[in-house]
Amino acid sequence: MGTGDIFGMAVAHAVASGMGGMRTTGDLVVRLQMTRGMKLKQAKAHVAQRLGVSSADLSDNVAMHELRGELRLGRIYEVEASCFTDPSPIEAKTRIARLLDIPINSVERFQESSARILK
Amino acid sequence: MGDGSLAHMTPSEIRQDVEDGTATAAQRAKLPLLATDELDHLFDIFASPARFSSVDIGDEVVLTYDGTGVPQQGGRVDALYQTEQLFGADSCELYHADYSYRAVKTVVPYEQQQMKEAQQRVTIPVHYGAQPDLGRYSRPDGPVGNWSELLPAMRIDEARAAQEEAVEMAVADMVYVAEGMWEAGADGIDFDTCGAAGDADFLAALKAVETLRARHPDLGIEVGMAGEVVLGTHGQLEYKGVRLAGLKPEGQVQVAQKAGATVYGPAVNVNTGKSTAWNMARALTFVKPCMAVAEIPVHMNVGMGVGGVPMASYTPLDAVARCSRACVDVLRLDGL
Repeated sequence: MGTGDIFGMAVAHAVASGMGGMRTTGDLVVRLQMTRGMKLKQAKAHVAQRLGVSSADLSDNVAMHELRGELRLGRIYEVEASCFTDPSPIEAKTRIARLLDIPINSVERFQESSARILK
Repeated sequence: MGDGSLAHMTPSEIRQDVEDGTATAAQRAKLPLLATDELDHLFDIFASPARFSSVDIGDEVVLTYDGTGVPQQGGRVDALYQTEQLFGADSCELYHADYSYRAVKTVVPYEQQQMKEAQQRVTIPVHYGAQPDLGRYSRPDGPVGNWSELLPAMRIDEARAAQEEAVEMAVADMVYVAEGMWEAGADGIDFDTCGAAGDADFLAALKAVETLRARHPDLGIEVGMAGEVVLGTHGQLEYKGVRLAGLKPEGQVQVAQKAGATVYGPAVNVNTGKSTAWNMARALTFVKPCMAVAEIPVHMNVGMGVGGVPMASYTPLDAVARCSRACVDVLRLDGL
């Protein structure tokens, strides 16, 4: 994106054209772009297929909040919707890796070091 | 305006500016003009008196960042967490204030610790980013000859040799830092403002990308550019048979994807004396041809001073929103 004050730049772009990250499924789509070099349409279709929804549903923050909760993919914390039983970031990323069938570096490193402890 | 100041324009002045903007880019870079329906859409976006503008529902794109977080947010990892939780960010980027791979090289273990912590607290992907910053390798900051002094003195061969020497050093530093961050759990690496010091700067980034791709097939690699045309400070450098000097976005994306990048970010600089509508039309004209040949996602640079966005630290909301929407609507980008 680029630099500038948070409100004038990051917030403005997120509201004007961003998918909304974990409010919806933007983090899942961008993972496919970064790791697999998938174009937007293809990445959205892949995420939608794995979630069992349509591409149009991916930006529906209410539906995606529910679905992310069911699948334990991590969600935005909101004070009146306590989700203390939601997964930690590493657990959420482990599920995202399985869902999308992609390796996630931090998850693999966590599993590697955990395996060493368990031995 | 391109400097962030508020301007009152009539509809006919706005129409004239979008037509002049595309004509300027087309003439300068021998590119096709934007189509009439695209100019009509740009006019509609910029002629609207609304304070804010956005893409249609369903047309949203993903956002990647060159640097995430500001000092008001506390520690750097706190800032990444807040960016995820409060700003609807699709990804974020850990960065050092001295945004240069050469500078970061000296503090890699400290940066690795921050990356490890970030990966434990953040669910969205976390990049690490900095600039190739080839100028740092020239005297008095670095060990090789200063081509900015050698070129005006007509010592062309020495200037070229200095740049070639700097390329090898920069590649080693970028690979070293990137591998350190990968080891600490980074999801990706961002090479930002590639080509800022000319064709040698861009070559260094491409060679680093190629090395990293060969060693780490799953590493996300974003190549973001410094400008609409790669400057020929060397003039003879090639990457896999393609001369780098003079490359515009269409050529830039092709070498970036050949090297192994997974995301490409075109940058078109702003003319601060022209209107935002003029700058947007010019920027879109430069980037449009690259969309037809891009096999990897294209995330246009739309920070201050690039991609039509005014050159101001505190950018006007109405201008940023219009640029954001125009880029996505006209170019059908993969992200910003």
